[in-house]
Amino acid sequence: MSTPMVTAENVHKSFGHVEVLKGIDLEVRTGQVFCLLGPSGSGKSTLLRCINHLERIDAGRLSVDGQLVGYRERSGKLYELNENEVADQRRDIGMVFQRFNLFAHMTALQNVMLAPVDVRRLPKAEVREHAMQLLERVGLADQAQKYPSQLSGGQQQRVAIARALAMKPKLMLFDEPTSALDPELVGEVLDVMRDLAASGMTMIVVTHEIAFAREVGDHLVFMDSGVVVEQGAPRDVLSNPQHKRTQTFLSKVL
Amino acid sequence: MSDQPAPTDAKTPIRAIPVRHWGQQVSGVIVLAALVAFIYAVATNENLDWSIIAANLFGPTILSGLWVTISLTVLSMIIGVALGVTVAVMRLSPNRVLNSVAGGYIWAFRGTPVLVQLLLWFNLALFFPRLGLGEFSLDTNTVITAFVAALLGLGLNEGAYMAEIVRGGILSVDHGQSEAAMALGMRRRSTMFKIVLPQAMRVIIPPMGNELITMLKMTSLVTVIAAPDLLNRAQVISSRNFYIFELLIVASIWYLALTTISTLIQMRLEKRFARGVAGVAPRRRRILLNLKPGRATSPVITPGDRPVVYAKGGAGS
Repeated sequence: MSTPMVTAENVHKSFGHVEVLKGIDLEVRTGQVFCLLGPSGSGKSTLLRCINHLERIDAGRLSVDGQLVGYRERSGKLYELNENEVADQRRDIGMVFQRFNLFAHMTALQNVMLAPVDVRRLPKAEVREHAMQLLERVGLADQAQKYPSQLSGGQQQRVAIARALAMKPKLMLFDEPTSALDPELVGEVLDVMRDLAASGMTMIVVTHEIAFAREVGDHLVFMDSGVVVEQGAPRDVLSNPQHKRTQTFLSKVL
Repeated sequence: MSDQPAPTDAKTPIRAIPVRHWGQQVSGVIVLAALVAFIYAVATNENLDWSIIAANLFGPTILSGLWVTISLTVLSMIIGVALGVTVAVMRLSPNRVLNSVAGGYIWAFRGTPVLVQLLLWFNLALFFPRLGLGEFSLDTNTVITAFVAALLGLGLNEGAYMAEIVRGGILSVDHGQSEAAMALGMRRRSTMFKIVLPQAMRVIIPPMGNELITMLKMTSLVTVIAAPDLLNRAQVISSRNFYIFELLIVASIWYLALTTISTLIQMRLEKRFARGVAGVAPRRRRILLNLKPGRATSPVITPGDRPVVYAKGGAGS
């Protein structure tokens, strides 16, 4: 068996009085494509954002590649990491957002090049070459000089994936990457993700694309109202759901 | 066959009598008549000596005053912008000390009239006769000259206003932008200076241009502390020759010229920072578009709107 990339133990998170995560236990193994499914408001996006500390968990333990997220443990005591240390932890975790969030004042190429130069302090020439390879990989080498506003949603999302990959992450988080796209543009983004999965990347994907989860996913978790309802191999969960809530949800989306 | 006329391949232009704007034409004539009457009255007024205006417009005294006004404006704006960006970033910092210091500064400098601030700086010697510590101190009056007092008064006041403008600009940038930067592992400082501020500039530039124009005119206040600016020089001349109105017109002509130039600079800057939003149309075409009557210098785009794009190939290609 491969080593765990992400482990969550009894993770809790509240926004004000609303408890969004009510004790999540999960394990994501290295190289796995891990799909999170569930109705909106079930806490799956929040869980994803906790993994790279965009949200801070209230209770429980969450670690990535053996390191606690946001804390350091020394002789049984937890020390909160400062802002820069948190930033350093995030370098190895790529994230793709529902609304792309490309830097609007930069071209596609500049978007991909920024973080390796700014964060990893790599020489520009080397970064440019790698960035062009990545744009090539997502099929957008000819759009390198365009600004995000000149690209379609699908193209923007593919640039966003290339931007995340430029940091050579060991884990990629996808937060509903196709939900803001026109239906005819969903396929091109899923193709890139499929290719990425085939290359062995560890991926956690929050998605409503059942077909993608079935075909590409290694493991599927169904969440509802802040708890894990059911999990297992995608084929099993999707075709033979054990739990009533999973059955109800799947009957609506399938 | 049907009686409908067969569609022709050639486009026939529509021939119609355009809408007549009668109100516009009548009011235009009235305004024109009033303008002619005014120009006639000014030109034939015996109380106004045009030769005095002509003689002083490029006279050495006025030009030296002009230079002081320009340098005061530029230097105060530089102080104001530098201070404004710093204070705005401090104001948005989670650090409570920085945050309160910034808040206090804005409160004090926006809450008192700039004229009073100028007088306070100029009279600083009454409060602190010497500046510095122990042996390393200087006589306040030799340090705080009229020019330095003017610079401090205008620059520090401007910084407080600019801070609020910059803060508004920073807040107008979609939160997803800094979130994406954070997710890439970028630190707060990089995120602010490479991602947020460049995009905030688009929102900051138009009011900043207004501030520059306001500053040009506000420098005339330094006359009260006898700084040798344009207005002060004009008054010095008129106190000798008693051509008060003529010299005020000389000063006004220069102020108008300076504000016109600043407006042009502002238009250029706005286009520069619209990059990535409307930054696709060829430069010259955009300028021509912007010169069309009835069009703002740059389309105002709220974050929710779709950006205006002049892409050639069209999206989705």
